[in-house]
Amino acid sequence: MAAPNAQDLRQLYRHLYLTRALEERLERLVDQGHIAGDLCRCLGQEAIAVGSAWALEPGDWLAPSIRDLGALLVRGLEPREMLLQYMARTGSPCAGKDDANHFTDRERGLLGPIGPLGTQLCVLNGVALAFKARGERQVCMTYQGDGETRTGASHEGLAFAAALRLPMVVVIESNQWAFSTRSHREAAIDEWTDVARGYGVPAIQADGNDVIAVFEAAREAVARARSGLGLTLIVAETYRMLGHSQHDPQAYVPPEELEEWRARDPIDRFESYLLDRHETADGLARIRSVIDSRLDQAVDQALAEPLPEPETALGHVYAAPEVEPAPWTRGAPVGYPDVATSIVPTRMEPPRSL
Amino acid sequence: MKETTYLEAIREALWEEMKTDESVFILGEDIGTYGGAFKITEGFLKEFGPDRVIDTPISEAAIVGAAIGAAHMGFKPVAEMQFIDFIAPAFDMIVNFAAKVRYRTGVGAGLVIRGPCGGGARAGPFHSQNVESYFANVPGLKMVAPATARDAKGLLRAAIRDPDPVLYFEHKFLYRRIKEELPTDEEILVPIGEARTHRPGNDLTLITYGAPLYKAEEAAERVAEEDGAQIEVIDLRSLRPLDIETLVESVRRTHRALIVHEAPRFGGFAGEITAQLCEEAFEWLDAPIRRVTAIDTPVPYSPPLEDYHLPQMEDIVTAARWLLSY
Repeated sequence: MAAPNAQDLRQLYRHLYLTRALEERLERLVDQGHIAGDLCRCLGQEAIAVGSAWALEPGDWLAPSIRDLGALLVRGLEPREMLLQYMARTGSPCAGKDDANHFTDRERGLLGPIGPLGTQLCVLNGVALAFKARGERQVCMTYQGDGETRTGASHEGLAFAAALRLPMVVVIESNQWAFSTRSHREAAIDEWTDVARGYGVPAIQADGNDVIAVFEAAREAVARARSGLGLTLIVAETYRMLGHSQHDPQAYVPPEELEEWRARDPIDRFESYLLDRHETADGLARIRSVIDSRLDQAVDQALAEPLPEPETALGHVYAAPEVEPAPWTRGAPVGYPDVATSIVPTRMEPPRSL
Repeated sequence: MKETTYLEAIREALWEEMKTDESVFILGEDIGTYGGAFKITEGFLKEFGPDRVIDTPISEAAIVGAAIGAAHMGFKPVAEMQFIDFIAPAFDMIVNFAAKVRYRTGVGAGLVIRGPCGGGARAGPFHSQNVESYFANVPGLKMVAPATARDAKGLLRAAIRDPDPVLYFEHKFLYRRIKEELPTDEEILVPIGEARTHRPGNDLTLITYGAPLYKAEEAAERVAEEDGAQIEVIDLRSLRPLDIETLVESVRRTHRALIVHEAPRFGGFAGEITAQLCEEAFEWLDAPIRRVTAIDTPVPYSPPLEDYHLPQMEDIVTAARWLLSY
């Protein structure tokens, strides 16, 4: 993949802004009670997901971690789908069965993570294995928070990908915090790039708040994977600017650190970069206003979507047959004490003890 | 016809499915070069090559994870747990990922996780367990536990072709002890979810699966000989979905039910069967439902301890007589 041209740069800007603007709307929807669950924002980390996913090609697969909305948008996810997903509506990618970014879409090569962290790498390894077995040149990319690298699934997944030389790129988002615990209190290493040494794979350090730097690192790692050289880790340094989720006011975070990192905001930085080159403030404002009005429209449309019918909870446990309601629970046609006729509709011979 | 051991039946099902369907592949620890800890996959690496016979690191979560991902891509992976006890590190991948992925996303994961379970091999607490109850409470999983060579072959074939995740529990005590004449000119396919009446009878329904089937059979013969009562022995074969219809039909006929399994009692699979029979056949019962199971301890190593732990033929005879005289 070539270096980004003017068109690409504008697209990168669009996706960075779209990520933030969409999350702002999601946050408002949480406050308004339209989202039943929780929301984990990626404020200040947008450049990592957007810049890295930009290095992929059609047919490649990607598995996000918690704060990678931007990667999904780059890979073709519509904001409307994300809104429906969080709002648990019928037309959501999970039909209301799951929340956040937990959906899988084979057409677009998106593999959804689950609650237990690090597991998406283990599953994405199987996708990479399939590419390799079929002699296809596609690659896989996934993400882990710095804290997430401490899970058993992460260790097993990295060891497996490395040992089998799978076409895989793992982006470690070093946002300094694992919920309320300093990430560096969770490991006895100074640099997250050292993680790679134990697996015998290379690591590339990147400024996670510089979308171009992240893209360049990802481009190199993707090229390695595509040429059969296997797993590369990218360590992108950044800072989590909000609490772990909406429920966490992050009182444990020193305000001066937030202040320091606010000055390195990835979108502000990229705006300056663009203004130094060929873009104008008006031009960027126009991009933002188009995104804003489209998002507001998408929110209105999503709010009009129905919630799922309760009995759709039964569907898709197995390929077939569908699960039936348990006796005496929701919807099962069982009456009260006239047991002789109601419990056993296909009664056979009377029991000999009666 | 060909005399086929339980182990050979598993091996043949794998081999034949890999021969006829290129999307079937196997992965696990020491299954390639070494041919598997029990030699089930001996010769597979040479025949099918390293892309379809994958020796993995000792990473059960990674093994199952990769199987899920490959299944998403249209492959039919068969993952081996070297001993089924080692499925524990993969628990998260099975119950949280494989079992729920179709429900959550509409994208299924048709894969098989197979491995040797069960005691009697003097293998101690970590190479002897029966793990079905750990997984029984997880919607989205299927579970089979064959006891005969025919079922071992037919159920593995069905499991590989199934679009959902199937846990295939093969009993290591049966590997080389059980032999059967199997046809060579017929495709043996045993549908998942169908129990089999191993021995007909009208006086007591004995429900079991896996290796205890043979102790149950022996007990039934003894009771027939010494007491003149006919025990119907039903081999479940599939644990989930459970063929409750066959069990209910039998219990409504015999009015007595005895459930035998090798796993410990508390929270064991017999509890679920008991509950369902109470719901579906309570009025037909002439006696309480009884369970013969392992005692509620880990599986101990020393032979007298293990024998004490496991349900024995005499225990089954005693329980059957109690029920018959109730």
